[in-house]
Amino acid sequence: MNVRQNKLVSLAALGLVGGLALAGCGGGSDEGNGGNGGGSGASDNGGASAGGYAELTGNLAGSGASSMQNAQTAWTESFMGLVGAEGGDLTVTYDPTGSGTGREQFLSGQVKFAGTDAALDEEELAASTEVCNDEQAFNLPVYISPIAVVFNLEGVESLNLSAEVIGGIFAGDITNWNDPAIADLNPDAELPDLDIVPVHRSDDSGTTENFTEYLSKNAPDAWTHGPIETWPIDGGQSGDGTSGLISTVEGGNGTIGYADASQAGNLGTASIQVGEEFVEYSSEAAAKAVDVSPREEGREENDIVVELDRTTEESGVYPIVLISYLALCGSYADSAEGEAVKAYASYIISEEGQQAGLENAGSAPISEELRTEAQAAIDGITVG
Amino acid sequence: MSTTDLESDSPAPQTSSMRGSGRRVGDSVFSYLSVGSGLLIFLTLAAVAIFLTSESMPAVIASQEFSGTSEFSLIEVTLPLVYGTVLASAIALVIAIPISIGIALFISHFAPRRLASGLGYMIDLLAAVPSVVYGLWGGIWLVPKLEPVYVFLNTYFGWIPLFAGEPTAPMRNLASASVVLAVMVLPIITAVSREVFLQTPRLQEEAALALGATRWETIRTVVLPFGRGGVVAASMLGLGRALGETMAVLMILAPGATFSLHILEVGRHNSIAANIASKQAEASGVDMSLLIFTGLVLFVLTFIINALARWIVARSGPKS
Repeated sequence: MNVRQNKLVSLAALGLVGGLALAGCGGGSDEGNGGNGGGSGASDNGGASAGGYAELTGNLAGSGASSMQNAQTAWTESFMGLVGAEGGDLTVTYDPTGSGTGREQFLSGQVKFAGTDAALDEEELAASTEVCNDEQAFNLPVYISPIAVVFNLEGVESLNLSAEVIGGIFAGDITNWNDPAIADLNPDAELPDLDIVPVHRSDDSGTTENFTEYLSKNAPDAWTHGPIETWPIDGGQSGDGTSGLISTVEGGNGTIGYADASQAGNLGTASIQVGEEFVEYSSEAAAKAVDVSPREEGREENDIVVELDRTTEESGVYPIVLISYLALCGSYADSAEGEAVKAYASYIISEEGQQAGLENAGSAPISEELRTEAQAAIDGITVG
Repeated sequence: MSTTDLESDSPAPQTSSMRGSGRRVGDSVFSYLSVGSGLLIFLTLAAVAIFLTSESMPAVIASQEFSGTSEFSLIEVTLPLVYGTVLASAIALVIAIPISIGIALFISHFAPRRLASGLGYMIDLLAAVPSVVYGLWGGIWLVPKLEPVYVFLNTYFGWIPLFAGEPTAPMRNLASASVVLAVMVLPIITAVSREVFLQTPRLQEEAALALGATRWETIRTVVLPFGRGGVVAASMLGLGRALGETMAVLMILAPGATFSLHILEVGRHNSIAANIASKQAEASGVDMSLLIFTGLVLFVLTFIINALARWIVARSGPKS
């Protein structure tokens, strides 16, 4: 009897092996953890689009880039608060499925708007007519986020760095903090004789892509890998997501990494050389990078896509920024849906919405000029 | 205790159809329910297998091995991940099994009854801690604590390939991930081993003692041989958890994709599950399909290990 029971225990144990191993696969990867979109107390001026909220009902679903997840959480919550206050009953959701999936779902009509780190291209715009009531979709830059170069170096609070030096560090060519290339830019700092530990993102990330695009445009000799999403160099320190990267940088000495500026915390941040001066990141300096950049050519009037000028030498511009777009239809067949989209998009680009983004996700509010153009594009959406 | 016994035991039918049929309905409902539950397992498993296979087809078709022209190779992507997964789990088991057996023996044969049950609760509690918490604990607290140990191993035992290389702080390496995995599988292996050791026939143990064996000799000659199959099964159960563990590895390990033996070096290894979790948020199309393919590989890997474990248990089961 004992023997039999013993066997039973063994078998029962084995039966569980498969189940547990599979359960492990289900673990999600929730990016970031700010997400405290506390509704920012729904101030009572409705902005440009005041009124009309009372008629909004139903559900509005969007999905896409995880970069703007925290901002979207704040936007959806405070927007629903505003609508509710006027007696409307609208539920807006944003699923951070990733840019690629977001665009796919948008083009197949599963979601009514998408957030994406890369604007819809010509092919996708052409395909969009099928789900957009025979009109083309368009992009609006709604989320501008400065990317800070963060470091953890005992005794050093601030650093001046150029694209050449940053590229050299991340490519593994500059390996010590007392390297003359760094010392030349920082005559006042006391740089220790310490190995540099560059830290990158271990997941595929728009932050990495924008950061390396900046490097490859400004220092193609130092950074030869081009703009990439997946880190091209084997080995080295890394962290999963912005929070993972930050904790890795914090955990070592002599570490340097790049992250969404709002998450930099107590880490030192580098001032970046632009022209002759060194610029500390700020939301104004990041917004300015978008303003000095030209619009991408060959697009419709309402399709606002910025071709970031990474090599600008204009004063007061912080060039390492990430832009995420909102993809919307030019026309919505369902009028309730269309009105809801228009109201929500207007809210996002409004001063209030952009301020909520700044407070909850550290994004840089878009300029007045850009807002006017974007509002015109939203007003151009036909409904019904 | 079989059904035939029951039927023959029951008195002659009283033709009270109400009672009889009532019982029969209950019986058949229960039997359908349990058969259904059993079938549900197969259905779920089949659904997962079909999903993994069909969704990974695009990657297989687009791969170098199949089309000959593609940029990525299934083998190049998958093999380092398999290597990292198996290596991390194996090291975790090497750490966890001796400790688990020790704890289980202590609880079953050495500890006073009160202490034993208290300790049992504690072990079970360890199993209830979610893996995210282990990940946080490992990444923030444990990694800096392990640093001096790694530096020591690297300096004095660097001639062993496992400890060679150049570890850099923070030590987000495979060794740290394995240590945390070991903590996570410890309660599973301990709990099952303890149950098995407790079932050692009292008579055999007393016989050994009567022959003059010490306590340790009794354990070595009676308890351990009797429990071997159970311990192997417990270890495989732990291995299953270690192989599939996602969050803890994701949060501790700075990944890389090499076949390096240097477990102290950062950015050399990654596990399948952690890789899927970290990449899936921004993956679409063929990239997603490739991730699902690695999931399929993990699925198959688990099956192989499962089968292997059954075979070992069958061979090394207690001789009666």
